[in-house]
Amino acid sequence: MDLSINSLSYTYPSGVLALEDISLQIAYGESVAIVGQNGAGKTTLVKHLNGLLKPSSGKIQVGGWDTADHSVAELAIRVGYVFQNPDDQLFQSTVWSEVIFGPKNLGKAPDQISELANAALQAVGLNTSAQKHPYDLFASQRKMVALAAVLAMDTPIVIMDEPTTGQDYSGTQMVGQVVESLKKQSKTVITITHDIDFCAEHFERVVVMAQGRILIDGGAREVLSQTETLAQTYVEPPQLMRLAEHLGMGTMPLTADEFVAYWSLR
Amino acid sequence: MLYWLSAWVCGSGKTLNEIISLQQVTYTYPGTSTPAIKNISLAIPAGQFCAIVGGNGAGKSTLAYTIAGFVPHFYHGTLQGEVSVAGIKTSSTPIHDLVSLVGLVFQNPFNQISGTKFTVREEIAFGMENLGIPRDEMAARCEAMMALVDINELAERFPLGLSGGQMQRVVIASILAMQPQILVLDEPTSQLDPIGSREVLAAIRQLSSQHQMTVLIIEHKLEWLAAYADRIIALAEGTIIADGSPSDVLSDETVWERGVGLTRYTLAARQARAEGRWPAGLKLPVTLEEAIESFQAAR
Repeated sequence: MDLSINSLSYTYPSGVLALEDISLQIAYGESVAIVGQNGAGKTTLVKHLNGLLKPSSGKIQVGGWDTADHSVAELAIRVGYVFQNPDDQLFQSTVWSEVIFGPKNLGKAPDQISELANAALQAVGLNTSAQKHPYDLFASQRKMVALAAVLAMDTPIVIMDEPTTGQDYSGTQMVGQVVESLKKQSKTVITITHDIDFCAEHFERVVVMAQGRILIDGGAREVLSQTETLAQTYVEPPQLMRLAEHLGMGTMPLTADEFVAYWSLR
Repeated sequence: MLYWLSAWVCGSGKTLNEIISLQQVTYTYPGTSTPAIKNISLAIPAGQFCAIVGGNGAGKSTLAYTIAGFVPHFYHGTLQGEVSVAGIKTSSTPIHDLVSLVGLVFQNPFNQISGTKFTVREEIAFGMENLGIPRDEMAARCEAMMALVDINELAERFPLGLSGGQMQRVVIASILAMQPQILVLDEPTSQLDPIGSREVLAAIRQLSSQHQMTVLIIEHKLEWLAAYADRIIALAEGTIIADGSPSDVLSDETVWERGVGLTRYTLAARQARAEGRWPAGLKLPVTLEEAIESFQAAR
């Protein structure tokens, strides 16, 4: 289930050129974070991966399917997409009906639907809120409902658009655990995020975008330490890399554990 | 350039040491049985840049609404205790009289855009129009505030057609244009890129110190708060669990555990301590500067 983007350009109907000649190959099982300033084209790019947008030019393939030839509904079997704003995604009157909507429409068996829905709600800490109306929850919890609704579809590729926005510390940690669990299941996880510390801790590969183009693409450690290039797109290295830099440490850490390990070795 | 700002605050003619005062405030939303904030007493001096932190559901937004008068005037419910801003009791002052005193930036910018204006410039003027600010003055403030949050190029755009991050800049500009003495912001930079949110926060911080504008900000960006806030108030389950300098509040373990979290600098120091590599008595750092110093000292 590899993803392949070749020479993708996209112009909005308004005439704004949002993506310019993007090529990106993502192998099945990779965890990829897309970072970059507001308006860089991050959301426009990922909306192409489940067919919500079709290329103005270029080609996108999801496990060999050309997105131009498949509907969003067909692509939903392969690609789950969690909207940035849950209010754009949620429409049912209970959390439970929201979470079973996806797997039901994918034609899964009733037992499997309950199993997937329960596991998804458990993963986001909402297992006791299944019968609540999504709009009776906090905005941060509604975001978790939107995430659970996509997790329950059990797609091989999961895309999350700014999943930690508005989440508190434990909410962000919970999203991190969801990412780790998807990685463990060898699924492809793609996220857009402004939270660079979260990005460093959970994603192996980082794609940096600016003005509709890819600025850098590579391993998290190598990409996130490029202070000057990141600054071009309003991003700065994670806290612990900046600290390591100031302390003159040679190896850049991605996590607190790594930081202490490298620091202790000196 | 910002010559007209000199009238901000000083124009009120009144200097109050405690511009915000809450005494034993408990508030319960209509249709609920548990208070969202419980027995809160708080005094904030004029000009302070004060952050409210805490987990989701801790009562942060409710506290913000209470100071801005939305509680009880808009949300109704049961308010006990006394809230006053600039010496005025909010519960007996209509919200249209409070708006010129306290500006509130909502958590969701989409909810704040008036929906009645076709351009960003007009949207920023909306609040000022309702306050009866003279036309030339409005025009000057519009331009100055757009420059401050770097949205000049959006001036002619349709407000509801903007991205979330752009909308956040617009609503901040629209509230600042009214020159409130007190500015209350509920996660104002949640949709901005990292350096963009730093710039917007720095602009607000600068206005606060230049014009003695009191700021109360709800933010999850602890690293920024640790470096720039004068004071941090931590909430959990509707009550204040810590109140003090960023370095005291954010290095307090009992605070981390209650939904507030900690910066990666503190996290790394805690990890070093867990591995027995942190000298006893050395305070855990909360900012980059503190971390550089203490990790050097800890070696």
